[in-house]
Amino acid sequence: MTASVLISLEVNGERVDAHVLPRLNLADFLREQLQLTGTHVGCEHGVCGACTVRVNGEIVRSCLMLAVQTHGASVQTIEGLSDSGEVADLQAAFRDRNALQCGFCTPGMLMAAQDLLKQEAEPDRERIREHLSGNYCRCTGYHAIIDAIEITARARAGGQA
Amino acid sequence: MKAAAFAYARATSVVNALELLGTHGDKAKVLSGGQSLMPAMNLRLTSPELIVDIGELAELRGIAVTGSIVRIGALTRHVDVLKSPEIAANAPLLTEAIAHVAHPAVRNRGTIGGNLAHADPASELPACMVALNATIVVRGQAGERRVAAEEFFKGIYATDLSAQELLVGVELPVASTNSSYFFHEFARRQGDYAIAGLAAQAIVEKDIFTKLRLVFFAVGDRPLLARAATKLINVSLTPEVLAAAMIVLGEELDPQDDHQASASMRRHLAKVLLARGASALLCRPDLNAGGRA
Repeated sequence: MTASVLISLEVNGERVDAHVLPRLNLADFLREQLQLTGTHVGCEHGVCGACTVRVNGEIVRSCLMLAVQTHGASVQTIEGLSDSGEVADLQAAFRDRNALQCGFCTPGMLMAAQDLLKQEAEPDRERIREHLSGNYCRCTGYHAIIDAIEITARARAGGQA
Repeated sequence: MKAAAFAYARATSVVNALELLGTHGDKAKVLSGGQSLMPAMNLRLTSPELIVDIGELAELRGIAVTGSIVRIGALTRHVDVLKSPEIAANAPLLTEAIAHVAHPAVRNRGTIGGNLAHADPASELPACMVALNATIVVRGQAGERRVAAEEFFKGIYATDLSAQELLVGVELPVASTNSSYFFHEFARRQGDYAIAGLAAQAIVEKDIFTKLRLVFFAVGDRPLLARAATKLINVSLTPEVLAAAMIVLGEELDPQDDHQASASMRRHLAKVLLARGASALLCRPDLNAGGRA
């Protein structure tokens, strides 16, 4: 029974059928079988947030989910959000505010930030910090990231960036 | 690291899951939300031969209030508990506590049953279950049994569950209208496991505790229902009474040293929590002057 399992899912809007070993986690499946390397693998035990993706519209840790568990699910990665333009303004704000340096945490940060902005129109800085508390950044010291998200929220709400 | 190889079975019903557990026993592990099991497997702290995935069992999901009981299915996710108006109205301690359980992406997958069956001594939910006088509902092939939360947690990652049984839900008494609650924890980062925490449920009449359940977590191998609370019940609370309760608390605590905190730091923090909890529940800021223990 350690044999591979056939799964069918949707990844960034495209149907994917694949044989996966039960032990394969979603992050490695995305990176190694689908070459979607925007999802980063940091700590592999749910602490750092670099592997954050969306499953059925909600953010999850892809290192803490098995690929076999995504059978029948819809997965969106940073490539999907980026290509559709959904986070274009957020990405621009990250660039403008120097909210990334090495960029390792950025896909997960964008995923978590967009998740918050979808739920709340104008979160204050405390709420932003709280929602991003599960995402580590070792370069920026977080202030620039909070700035970028706050500015994007205001701009989307119709204020001045 | 990556998890070691294992076989995978997607349970089709509770009966099917129990059959699999009956056959494979402690060589199998139940996969619910996976937010505790997957880290443990990735770190090779556990390497089950078989994973029994119960994630599709809709019958184990959901929150229902009937009469004086709130029933939460084992597969109900933390995010669902956090956003539930039924929980906010009937067990508000849980609503407050669950906001401290990990981070949004983890709460979207983690389940209440998985959390309780995992029994991490630093986790918020086992302590809440003891504070709220919950009953843990367990099913085996022979049928269902109910265990008081106080009796369910046996040690670090150890519970009353046998390898052939499944935790199917919890039942909480609806909070009485005159009850109040307190929850606070110290953690290095919002959402991290606590260094020390307190979940408390009380009934206060005319500025006096008539009932008080103080449950400390992350300060021992399981949630501690503190006997110190008895020192605070049916007395007019003075700093001297509180100090006496702190001495009792100090005697019953058996905290551990780890990379987050020393045992003595945990002991200190538990006393700080006791003072803050009593002060908040009685609306007596004077009892927590300076936050000293």
